[in-house]
Amino acid sequence: MTDLTKLTMAEARDGLRKKSFTALELTDAFLAAIEKGNASLNAYVLPTPDHARAQAKESDKRIAENKARPLEGLPVGNKDLFCTQGIRTTACSKILDDFKPTYESTVGQNLWNAGAVMLGKLNNDEFAMGSSNETSAFGNVVSPWRRTGKDGKTSTDKLVPGGSSGGSSAAVAANLCLAATATDTGGSIRQPAALTGTVGMKPTYGRCSRWGIVAFASSLDQAGPIAKTVRDSAIMLKAMASHDPKDTTSVDAPIPDYEAVLGRGVKGLRVGIPKEYRVDGMSAEIQKLWDDGIAWLKSAGATIHEISLPHTKYALPAYYIVAPAECSSNLARYDGMRYGLRVNGDNLIDTYEKTRAAGFGKEVRRRILIGTYVLSAGYYDAYYLKAQKVRTLIKKDFDDAWNKVDVVLTPTTPSPAFAFGEKSGDPLAMYLEDIFTVTVNMAGLPGMSVPGGLSAQGTPLGLQLIGKPFDEETLFRTAQVIEDSAGRFPVPDAWWMKG
Amino acid sequence: MSSQKVAEKPKSKNLIAGATGDWEVIIGMEVHAQVASKSKLFSGASTGFGAEPNSHVSLVDAAMPGMLPVINRECVAQAIRTGLGLKAQVNLKSVFDRKNYFYPDLPQGYQISQYKQPIVGEGEVEIDVDGETLKVGIERLHLEQDAGKSLHDQHPDYSYVDLNRSGVALMEIVSKPDLRSSKQAQAYVTKLRTILRYLGTSDGDMEKGNLRADVNVSVRKPGAKLGTRCEIKNVNSIRFIGQAIEYEARRQIDIIEDGGTIDQETRLFDSAKGETRSMRSKEEAHDYRYFPDPDLLPLEYTQSYVDELKAVLPELPDEKRARFMKSFRLSGYDADVLVAERSSADYFETVAKGRDGKLAANWVINELFGRLNKEGKAIEESPVSAAQLGGIVDLIGSNAISGKIAKDLFEIVWTEGGDPADIVEKRGMKQVTDTGAIEKAVDAIITANPEKVEQAKAKPSMLGWFVGQVMKSTGGKANPAAVNEILKAKLGL
Repeated sequence: MTDLTKLTMAEARDGLRKKSFTALELTDAFLAAIEKGNASLNAYVLPTPDHARAQAKESDKRIAENKARPLEGLPVGNKDLFCTQGIRTTACSKILDDFKPTYESTVGQNLWNAGAVMLGKLNNDEFAMGSSNETSAFGNVVSPWRRTGKDGKTSTDKLVPGGSSGGSSAAVAANLCLAATATDTGGSIRQPAALTGTVGMKPTYGRCSRWGIVAFASSLDQAGPIAKTVRDSAIMLKAMASHDPKDTTSVDAPIPDYEAVLGRGVKGLRVGIPKEYRVDGMSAEIQKLWDDGIAWLKSAGATIHEISLPHTKYALPAYYIVAPAECSSNLARYDGMRYGLRVNGDNLIDTYEKTRAAGFGKEVRRRILIGTYVLSAGYYDAYYLKAQKVRTLIKKDFDDAWNKVDVVLTPTTPSPAFAFGEKSGDPLAMYLEDIFTVTVNMAGLPGMSVPGGLSAQGTPLGLQLIGKPFDEETLFRTAQVIEDSAGRFPVPDAWWMKG
Repeated sequence: MSSQKVAEKPKSKNLIAGATGDWEVIIGMEVHAQVASKSKLFSGASTGFGAEPNSHVSLVDAAMPGMLPVINRECVAQAIRTGLGLKAQVNLKSVFDRKNYFYPDLPQGYQISQYKQPIVGEGEVEIDVDGETLKVGIERLHLEQDAGKSLHDQHPDYSYVDLNRSGVALMEIVSKPDLRSSKQAQAYVTKLRTILRYLGTSDGDMEKGNLRADVNVSVRKPGAKLGTRCEIKNVNSIRFIGQAIEYEARRQIDIIEDGGTIDQETRLFDSAKGETRSMRSKEEAHDYRYFPDPDLLPLEYTQSYVDELKAVLPELPDEKRARFMKSFRLSGYDADVLVAERSSADYFETVAKGRDGKLAANWVINELFGRLNKEGKAIEESPVSAAQLGGIVDLIGSNAISGKIAKDLFEIVWTEGGDPADIVEKRGMKQVTDTGAIEKAVDAIITANPEKVEQAKAKPSMLGWFVGQVMKSTGGKANPAAVNEILKAKLGL
């Protein structure tokens, strides 16, 4: 039998429908891969084999009864930011300790209702704050990718899988699941996807319910999938998205069949190239990646238009005011009183301080402090209010752009995957990882990263597509054209499976 | 010039005498009223009072990870109704903000409130104090969540927290600093409570903590600029509001007259000692870091929605009072007493309908309220229904019974129930207006008491004794006016 873990979600779905293998066989293949490979990658913080097998058996039963649901028997990983009923959920923070929710996130429930099988909980940056998965309380996730030198030799230096959805991107790239849930506040789906040769889709704000997802920055957080292919991404988003009365920011809009648009091509599509994204010092390989993307779309019949998004340069600083401000308030509930970690002190204030000092990692503490500062009396107008004004201007930039173009093409990240420690000592360098992605969150737009090539060191690079609100369909069909042109980028050597 | 200026001068009766002359007290109130609703402001948990601790707590109220608030539309409607009742500007768009601070009874670490854009803007409340009508300005009304309750007396080393109240909807109603005496402040809160109860938007039950007031007090020499204010937190009875203001005004005057200055601070009222004491100074005040709650969209609705609510708004106490005075020719005092509670007013209106309004008001206020008060009963629990009391009033009006017999009848209906007319008929309580029968009784008394007859001729006030005897002999059923008339004639008075 072929290695089932190497199948795409669409292929696995076909195989199950044709009864080439059972859901339990498929699930067991992934569980075996996790058992073997996770020690090296640390993508899963909590594999849930019993849970997975029980779901897989139920799927086999339904398949036998011809009652298969859209994602019947397809094993996926679930980012640890998604609350899972009866299964430990920590947001990869010590502060949540051994927290077991009594409820399931809406997005998770949508997947299980569609028949998907949960293999386990995936690692992420603590509270989704980070771009390298180095802030997780469970330790780094190691990218399955390795650099190749000019001499053709593969380095054993450990690379980051991106963040915050580093567990998701690494697990998908390393065939430890068919696809994974992820969340994106400033780039946390797209950047890790770009760094691991996977497809990351952050839908429009409001497309997926935030209910039951541990909040980082409420006005920016949005769930979406990381998958192996554009088609798999379309399959996943269709299942994850819903209007949820429990999240008043979720939108009651029809959810199209994203798979249906995949073959439609881009003939006549107007593609915008924002001149402000040609940042100083952009490397030649990123420039080439971008040019390749332009060429592929052009040859597929799209028209290319230079556009201006004049407030782009203010997006990152504004983002690093808005997101910490919201996080400083969202994380106030982790106070040691009702659940999670508690370190008793001499009095109430001491207990708060000891609990939160022990429970939160350095990056989370940094952002809480920044957020508290920018909301403080006397600073609110200068920081938070101004950042909100910038946000309005960024939205307007895009609104203007949509008069001229249907989709925007940019690189996803300014550079390929880096090694551990390369940026973790310099928060600003780390924050620059988000420079091409944060505008999308600030404007609430859908954005997608699709692999476009390899760096000089043989590691993946991603192209980002940005769309109009709730126009994920255009992103999917454009991404399909890029995928068809660029080809797919599987990890060349499954070293993590060699023990 | 300026009759206006004269009008603005403080009324001398509101001034407080100090060693250096008179002082004026300036009061503004922030009243927190619990919204009458089945479920909480942002969750489906019950608002029921008196349940087991932590039995009315949803995942949202306990601030579990990933939980999101969803606005309770009924609470919004209640706030709009209240705004309309306060003749206030109802804002078609308002915004929920987070007020951030840490406390164990605040699970989210922030209270969802409204800061810059409240649901209701400026309005006014009319109050009557010492026969004078004053308008008290309303600055704003906003919706916010209540916190839970800390229980410090359950364990020697720990405090417990009950989250049943956590997330319950409150309306904070902020007055302008228009009040000038403790009496006015008490009248304001009383009136506000009456309006809320009329509207059905809050039960205003101060004993349950469903209505409580933060009182801002400052003093100044009449006409001088405003002094530094102190805020007295969470005063929970009308009486305490009066005491707290009296104490606080005197405290401030004493400090200033001793050459000191007032520190802006938050104070607590100790009802056992009848004094206020410092809770925290301005320097210790929290920085609440208000910002718009990103989990909630701005609250928006149309004017036609507001108009719909307005169309079915109940009659408010001021309007009802005016109508009672006009339709039933009641005195202002009687009308005030009757409209103080909507249930009393409704009761009265049932009794008065098609009858003598003044007579009905007398019976409701004097007999019924007197008896209810004595027994500690609310009007809803009255054993005498409005229909029954109406029956009694009918019997008085038709001269079927005397006022005295009516009181006996009321007593019978109160204790035994029954139809008043039936009771009068069956028990022979009907007033004797047959002059022949009365004359007979009079003659009998005169004949039996010749010496008293002589005495009465010398001293006409002796008539009362004869009246008493006749009433006694007729079992109180004789028409007193007829008895008087006949006696006078027979005795030659």
